[in-house]
Amino acid sequence: MSDEELIAETSEGLQELQDLDETSPEELEIERGSALRLPEGLVFDPEDIDVEFGADETMIINMGPQHPSTHGVLRIMLELEGETVLRSKPIMGYLHTGMEKTGEQLTYVQGATNVTRMDYLSPLHNELVYSLAVEALLGIDIPPRATWIRMLMTELNRISSHVMWMATNGMDLASTSMMIYGFRDREMVLSFFEKTTGLRMNHDYIRPGGVAADLPDGWEDDVMAIIDTIPGRVDEYDEMLTGQPIFKQRTEGVGIISPELAVAMSATGPILRASGVAWDLRRDMPYLAYDEVDFDVIVGTVGDTYDRYAVRLNEIRESCKIVRQCVEKMPLGDYRAQDKKVTPPPRARIDESMEALIHHFKIFTRGFEVPAGEVYVAVESPRGELGCYLVADGSNKPYRMHIRGPSFVNLQTLPPLLRGGLIADAIAVISSVDPVMGEVDR
Amino acid sequence: MAGVVTSAAELVGDRAIGDSGPLGQEVLHVAREQYLEVVALLRDSGFEMCADLCAVDYLDHIERPLPPAVSPERFEIVVNLLSLQRHQRLRLRVQVPESNPVVPTLFHIYPGSENMEREAFDLYGVRFEGHPDLTRILMPDDWEGHPLRKDYSVGRVPVQFKEAPGPR
Repeated sequence: MSDEELIAETSEGLQELQDLDETSPEELEIERGSALRLPEGLVFDPEDIDVEFGADETMIINMGPQHPSTHGVLRIMLELEGETVLRSKPIMGYLHTGMEKTGEQLTYVQGATNVTRMDYLSPLHNELVYSLAVEALLGIDIPPRATWIRMLMTELNRISSHVMWMATNGMDLASTSMMIYGFRDREMVLSFFEKTTGLRMNHDYIRPGGVAADLPDGWEDDVMAIIDTIPGRVDEYDEMLTGQPIFKQRTEGVGIISPELAVAMSATGPILRASGVAWDLRRDMPYLAYDEVDFDVIVGTVGDTYDRYAVRLNEIRESCKIVRQCVEKMPLGDYRAQDKKVTPPPRARIDESMEALIHHFKIFTRGFEVPAGEVYVAVESPRGELGCYLVADGSNKPYRMHIRGPSFVNLQTLPPLLRGGLIADAIAVISSVDPVMGEVDR
Repeated sequence: MAGVVTSAAELVGDRAIGDSGPLGQEVLHVAREQYLEVVALLRDSGFEMCADLCAVDYLDHIERPLPPAVSPERFEIVVNLLSLQRHQRLRLRVQVPESNPVVPTLFHIYPGSENMEREAFDLYGVRFEGHPDLTRILMPDDWEGHPLRKDYSVGRVPVQFKEAPGPR
């Protein structure tokens, strides 16, 4: 076959872009209006499309999915005019492992091991929301000690997650010392987790029916050591970053979101609170025993990157307050419900009682049946509202388990946050949204 | 709102069927035709945020307990609304038939539902009419099928053991 024939057979014609004014509005919508939508979430209007820039003046670049400041495998399409970001679109799914499908294959007992791997910076919150959903369907009550242990552990987890965020945020804004400090403090909390649960991460500690084990001997001293150290360290970071001119210039007035837009975009957590909406599920729709502890909801005023930083910084202090109250008020008693069908019997009982052995065996092989029904439960994770929608059909496995990941929803706010800023600000803004890709993609 | 808490069922009147289960969570069953109207009404009466939207495939349980006036279909779109001023949650359940899995989008009422609707489309194949960018979000663009449907198998990787005995 000659070259000409080959070309004639395989050519698809000239591969050139059509002029903008020759393109029909429908095509334009696909090309420029939908893929990179206007950030205000408005309906496409051909009149409205960036008239000030011609088609050849803007440039679309991909940031990620392996960019170090995207906190994992997040890709962001950015439309740039010079150094100014016009429209953008976060593209996700690189870490999708079908955990909701997996959750339908696992029994309720095994389910906590699955969900704990979603948001790997706050695994205990994932376990908590899943356990609360299962318990709501089962209709069992949890002993007070289990409730308070759950509060203690999740608040410590919030501290470690926020400290970790301070570390990565410092890294993104070129404050490498903050990164080292953040990891150091997080390790303090994680070593307590390791002592209690046996694992630094992915604990499977909070389970339907209570928690897996009681707190270890001397836990008060360990916890007090943490909450005596962290506030002092937070003051140090405050001094190091808050008033620091370079840090302020990088963050102040960058990526502003209005409270109305934040609510409309379903943003929750520090993003919503930084914009001035005092909404915290721990205070406004209390779960566990949050109505018995005293803490403040930190609210920002401007809604910029600096406010989101300040909200998280101060939430560490508030979490320390809650942990201190948990230590003071920790009741005695069982650490899990004594329901033979749901929780395994104490280890000592297995040696002496045949029934205990049978129950133990049944729970870890077949699991327990949950009455049919559907329930939605939400808790305040470090990133916002973490919800679990569970549909049970009366068998030993969930019929449908849906996790509402706060990062997944919060990522929608990126286009309005990035709009009109410099590309260098994009790094600061993405960092301030605090996405955890394990939870986004599930 | 002046502290007056009206139940959502009273607000929407006969456009939806209330079904508060034993768990004390307020649920409304809405027909597909009145879905947008009811949601717009609820948004204007204080439910500012669409907290969650997901789909459920009831392939194995078509005959599930539902109020008598609701005719069960294979798919269900479940929307969790949140009222910040009233500290109240409300769940809407919309029946979507398998033959025509299309529902109107909530994008123009709650822009925040965008990612969640894309996820429901990606994993269940329910289309959201009027959605500005209804593309796959978690699965690769060229993926075939909708993996969270109940007739989509989990799949296994065959494991071959060394020196495994042949078929017996």
